[in-house]
Amino acid sequence: MKKQPIIAFKNFTFQYFSQAEPTLHDINLTIREGEKVLIVGPSGSGKSTLGHCINGLIPFAYKGEITGNLTIKGGNTLEKSIFDLSKTVGTVLQDSDGQFVGLTAGEDIAFALENDNVPYDPMHERVQRVAEMVEMDNLLGSSPFELSGGQKQRTSLAGVMVDDVDILLFDEPLANLDPATGKTAIEIIDDIQQKSGKTIIIIEHRLEDVLHRFVDRVIVLKEGRIIADMDAHSLVSSPILTDTGIREPLYVTALKYAGVDVTADMKPGYIQTLEMDGSKASVAEWHRRIEKDQRVNTNDSILQMEDITFSYDGTHPVLEDINFDIREGEMLSLVGKNGAGKSTLSKLLCGFEKENKGIIRYSGQDISDLTIKERAEIIGVVLQNPNQMISKPMIYDEIALGLRFRDVPEEEIKPRVEKVLKICGLSPFIDWPISALSYGQKKRVTIASILVLNPKILILDEPTAGQDFRHYTDIMEFLVEINKLGVTIILITHDMHLMLEYTPRAIVLSSGRIVADTSASVVLTDCDVIECANLKETSLYNLAQMVGIPDETAFVQAFIDYERRLKNR
Amino acid sequence: MSSGSLKLFSYDLVDTPIHRLSGLTKLICFLFLTFAVMYSYDIRVILAVMAFSFTVLRMSRIKFSQIRLMVIYVAIFILTNMVLSFFFAPEFGVEIYGTRHVITTLWGDIALTQEQVLYQVTKQTKYASVIPLGMIFLLTTNPSEFASSLSRVGVHYKASYAVALTLRYFPDVQRDYRDISQAQQARGLDLSRKAKFSDRFKNALLIVIPLIFSSLDRIELISNAMDLRGFGKTKTRTWYTAKKFTRQDYTAIIISALIFLATISVSIFINRSRFYNPFI
Repeated sequence: MKKQPIIAFKNFTFQYFSQAEPTLHDINLTIREGEKVLIVGPSGSGKSTLGHCINGLIPFAYKGEITGNLTIKGGNTLEKSIFDLSKTVGTVLQDSDGQFVGLTAGEDIAFALENDNVPYDPMHERVQRVAEMVEMDNLLGSSPFELSGGQKQRTSLAGVMVDDVDILLFDEPLANLDPATGKTAIEIIDDIQQKSGKTIIIIEHRLEDVLHRFVDRVIVLKEGRIIADMDAHSLVSSPILTDTGIREPLYVTALKYAGVDVTADMKPGYIQTLEMDGSKASVAEWHRRIEKDQRVNTNDSILQMEDITFSYDGTHPVLEDINFDIREGEMLSLVGKNGAGKSTLSKLLCGFEKENKGIIRYSGQDISDLTIKERAEIIGVVLQNPNQMISKPMIYDEIALGLRFRDVPEEEIKPRVEKVLKICGLSPFIDWPISALSYGQKKRVTIASILVLNPKILILDEPTAGQDFRHYTDIMEFLVEINKLGVTIILITHDMHLMLEYTPRAIVLSSGRIVADTSASVVLTDCDVIECANLKETSLYNLAQMVGIPDETAFVQAFIDYERRLKNR
Repeated sequence: MSSGSLKLFSYDLVDTPIHRLSGLTKLICFLFLTFAVMYSYDIRVILAVMAFSFTVLRMSRIKFSQIRLMVIYVAIFILTNMVLSFFFAPEFGVEIYGTRHVITTLWGDIALTQEQVLYQVTKQTKYASVIPLGMIFLLTTNPSEFASSLSRVGVHYKASYAVALTLRYFPDVQRDYRDISQAQQARGLDLSRKAKFSDRFKNALLIVIPLIFSSLDRIELISNAMDLRGFGKTKTRTWYTAKKFTRQDYTAIIISALIFLATISVSIFINRSRFYNPFI
């Protein structure tokens, strides 16, 4: 028996008043009750706009012109208010911290009930019941500052389920989560659907992570149009992902490198379902053929931390016995779960905080006595959110700011700014206001504004957070270029792809201590490290096991080497 | 993280009879006692209320370290107020009480009178007896319960929810501020007193502008999150944190109502005026 349609787009087109072109073109899409649907697409493909149409933010908060129609649970959405829709569609937004409106988890879960004038007793009873479903019942009194990213997301989920909605809409649920928490989030969503039979819509560009559990259909959006609506197996074995700029699962990439023709019959949508009896030999053969990358960085040491210990309050150490040595021209990642001490470490390096014990050396020299300003000429730091750094309306002035603070003569500033703009590919925009730039371009401006001071070391906090595959590649390739110019780069990140593809070395922090300082392929195949840093093993590891390669780490390393050679060609 | 413990009012969850009272009760009692003290100029009555409010302060086990800063501000305010009121109207006491007992002549025709001393001491005692009550209310009430009690005495819930939201996001904005300021200092911004005064204002803008832009992103997100969960749908809303009224709540309200009535009665029946006049 076919279930009733619950969401139906018919010849639906939407154009924001502020835009010259429609963002969604002629959408025809039916989602049935109890279905679990994944919507993927690169940035700007209209996938978030589609979500806003379903939950009513369009046209309630974002105005625009709608043609065609959208019916939800049999009613035309134009005749419903955002409040009516919120009784049917529960939305979990991507920033689980920002959407946490209550002062405690309990209050946040109760928010929708409070607005509905539910009296005290039934409200407390329902909050308790929903909190049990997401295993938050012991944390109802906790403030958002005491909760982890995953717990905040559980709270958000409970906050929409409390209304007993029919449809749960997740707008980029993985964007701000570390890999392990993201994996758990996908499991929770799946369990909820199994138990309650609710309709689930997940909007995400991290395809492989969502496909950790089963979905009924995947819908691909590109430039405001639906270009695919199929099951995961057919999608993964088609060329659609590569064409739209969505990252395909890593094991699929590996299979393709090995010359395997990936077809839907192999059930390649999920690693658990992959059937590859016929192609094991070719993968093993490919692995044997890959030459090891023998290059080792033998440059002199540029940055050293020796026995560094630090605490904010004098009793609870945030960092303990930190020792590492970074060579000039390295590009490495600093990983670990939230609160492990990554940002504190970068603050010590920049001189924002002062270590209690230990020595920081730059090229062998103790730099403890340098001021923040002096250190900035050696070590530059780029914050995650470009809006937190940009303080001038014009690109030129923004980049020149650091030099002007240092009383560099204006005639010297000009060539330096121009040179940096060229490196960052921003020369055509020299006279532009920053407000006219895209997110990725703003990111480049902030990097340029630090590079202009000629630092030898650059620290970037999550440089690719929330970016789709194309923008991710743009930013990372740009950093590779800078690295080739001799700048040492430290990336603070959760992104396992980034570690694998770009940083040969990873330092892993856990509870203020270094638990691993080795190659990325070792980190991502070592269960203990994976667990304490909230990472997730790469699917290449599972693939190696399926093929029967005894040394999984070597397989992952071979993949990295192969890919690097492919790129350098 | 250190930012985790930042709180605007250092509301502490201690279990005392005062903490157990509902926020609404505390607000009502606070208003009753404030009106009582504001109405009366009888120092005997005011001292009695002051003794009462200090007893309650003790009961609520508020530590001095929590209120030290506020106490300093209040002391400065009271002292300034005292000096200024004397110099603006040194004869106001004489005008009120109708007699003139000079203690000493200061200079010219400005003299210190017993009437002025009584009037000013009475006035400062009024402040000193109300302020501990305000501190008790703020420090023993959960911030969102505070918002809920405001809404229950007639403040529109959208306004009182703004109070709760401010408390919720204040630490976030504070953290943003610190990050931005550090990043700008690394670029070379001088925030120390060494910078010229005219530059300091310009320098402050270099932190404020990014702070505004990153806060605007946050506001859009919050308002969407609130719309999506039905905030503002109806004229009223209920509150998860609202406490139910218990016998203690009624007792507390009755006690403060009685104090209020007693104060008014003293003025009406004994003093036959708002002022207590020992001079005639």
